Amino acid sequence: MELSPDDVRDVLKALDSSGLDELHLELADLTLTVRREGAAGWTAEQRVLRRPVVEGGAEPPAETKPYAPRAAVAEGLVAVRPPLLGTFYRAPKPGAPPYVDVGDRVQEETVVGVIETMKMMTPVHAGVLGTVVECRAVNGEFAAAGAVLLVVDPASSTAGPGEGAQ
Amino acid sequence: MRIHRLLVANRGEIAARVIRTCARLGIESVLAASDADLDSLPARLADRVVRLGPAPAAASYLDPAAVVRAAQAVGADAVHPGYGFLSENPSLALACEAAGIVFVGPSVESLHAVGDKLTARSHALTAGLPVVPGGEAVDLAGARAVAAEVGYPLLVKAVGGGGGRGMKRVDSADELAHTLDLATSEAAAAFGDPRVYLERFVSSGRHVEVQVLGDGSSAVALGDRDCSVQRRYQKLFEEAPAPLLPDTARAGMVAAALALAVHLGYRGLGTVELLYDRERETFYFLEMNARIQVEHPVTEMVTGLDLVAEQLAVAEGLPLRIRQEDVVLTGHAVECRINAEDWAHGFRPSPGRIERVVLPVGEGLRVDTHVQGGSVVPPYYDSLLGKLIVHGVDRADALARAQAALDLLRIDGVTTTVPVHQALLADAEFAAGGVDTAFFERFLQTHQPHLGEVA
Repeated sequence: MELSPDDVRDVLKALDSSGLDELHLELADLTLTVRREGAAGWTAEQRVLRRPVVEGGAEPPAETKPYAPRAAVAEGLVAVRPPLLGTFYRAPKPGAPPYVDVGDRVQEETVVGVIETMKMMTPVHAGVLGTVVECRAVNGEFAAAGAVLLVVDPASSTAGPGEGAQ
Repeated sequence: MRIHRLLVANRGEIAARVIRTCARLGIESVLAASDADLDSLPARLADRVVRLGPAPAAASYLDPAAVVRAAQAVGADAVHPGYGFLSENPSLALACEAAGIVFVGPSVESLHAVGDKLTARSHALTAGLPVVPGGEAVDLAGARAVAAEVGYPLLVKAVGGGGGRGMKRVDSADELAHTLDLATSEAAAAFGDPRVYLERFVSSGRHVEVQVLGDGSSAVALGDRDCSVQRRYQKLFEEAPAPLLPDTARAGMVAAALALAVHLGYRGLGTVELLYDRERETFYFLEMNARIQVEHPVTEMVTGLDLVAEQLAVAEGLPLRIRQEDVVLTGHAVECRINAEDWAHGFRPSPGRIERVVLPVGEGLRVDTHVQGGSVVPPYYDSLLGKLIVHGVDRADALARAQAALDLLRIDGVTTTVPVHQALLADAEFAAGGVDTAFFERFLQTHQPHLGEVA
């Protein structure tokens, strides 16, 4: 259980009249530190230690594995990684063609996908000039911060059959 | 019917908030948690926890069948849907009804009546509320006729949209055909509903809303709130009562909200959202939210009521316990939403592990949160970490106390929007009161540390 705001205010009143500046409370289910912050007022740091009582036993949930495809990238190639962790989408909406595919030429600012984190969409930029040689991350999968989303061959930016194709 | 065991079918700070009232009232709380939330603070506060499904919301918090299965598995006699997720989805209300479980929310009919923007608009008209001049645009000829009445600039809005999504501004007649085409095809793709309607564009509007509570036959209004400080239609700061409103407008808004609640035979907590036109000093109905709101604590502060307790009482079938003349508003309350976002980088989300949480405490201070030291903020859900709510004797007092409280509040481990509120509270235009919904974007132009990449 936790101390309700009313409980904490009662503690404050007792402290205020006692002239004490800090109180640290350790109970089986919680810890609470109440501190006087000069003239500014009081703060409380509470931690509820009680373990959740999960119905049907304490079997751990199937771990949602962060999507971490092979991190290795062949020498000379460049990995495009997510700007932050989240769900990776290769296309602007379901059913739409992907932003880029293998063989497409990209520039630093080319959008190659979007990452959804906390209901906000962040575009993923290629960050490099070259040709996409591999799309490694699966559409709609969770991508950890260091995941490799796709692989770009920068060498092909100066020469090669793709030049000027787009 | 008395509620003995309540399934809390939500997460985050609102789950902790509902559980707190359950504990006070002696109602057993069971939290329905996704795999990402099984060890959250709300899970530790609830009497029991039942697994709802995998972390992605579509497989857990957005699945009506999973919620009803969870309720049945633990023998819950009622389901509280919180806000967002399934709270206004008639399919959860229907599934609860079919399973003989109380849905803590309005009737299925009310959810349908206010869920569709055009239906809500026609109910509002029937109940005698002013609506923004406009109407449905079935085709270009129809749109031209409506546009001739409302004038330019105007907005094309998707019937299935909301929360700022599916809106386009048209500045002159020669843009109408093109924008109408675009809006219709985008609405079909985004909402599965191509219908659009036109509305006058109000150049300087405030978002003012009235809290109502109904028992199915009568209703009371519990004061108003101002939520004009928004970024991309997401509220950041709310207050009650709305500052600097002419008395006639304020009284008119309350009367309008009550008229709509009575017309709908509304049962439960609801919010009637209004657009206050600063130039014309008049107001229009926007939409009705059929659930508890994020910003409900400012109303609780000035009324002294526990809105969740009242919500549970009317869900039990009890008549209203509050008469309109008993509703007395005291002082002024403000709420700062503390999000895990980095405003120095375009409000980039900042999920992660919380190291420490130190909160200001004292008379008139309240923090509703779902995090403590050691909590993990998962990337799957919204970024709201908590809300600082401050009650003062008047607005200036509330703002000064909020500033002092923000200086004491520490959430270490993730980047938060605390600095945004500190800058906001120090702004002269904001402190004067009554800013419009365009204010905050202007404020950001001059205050944002350095404009990060716009996502």
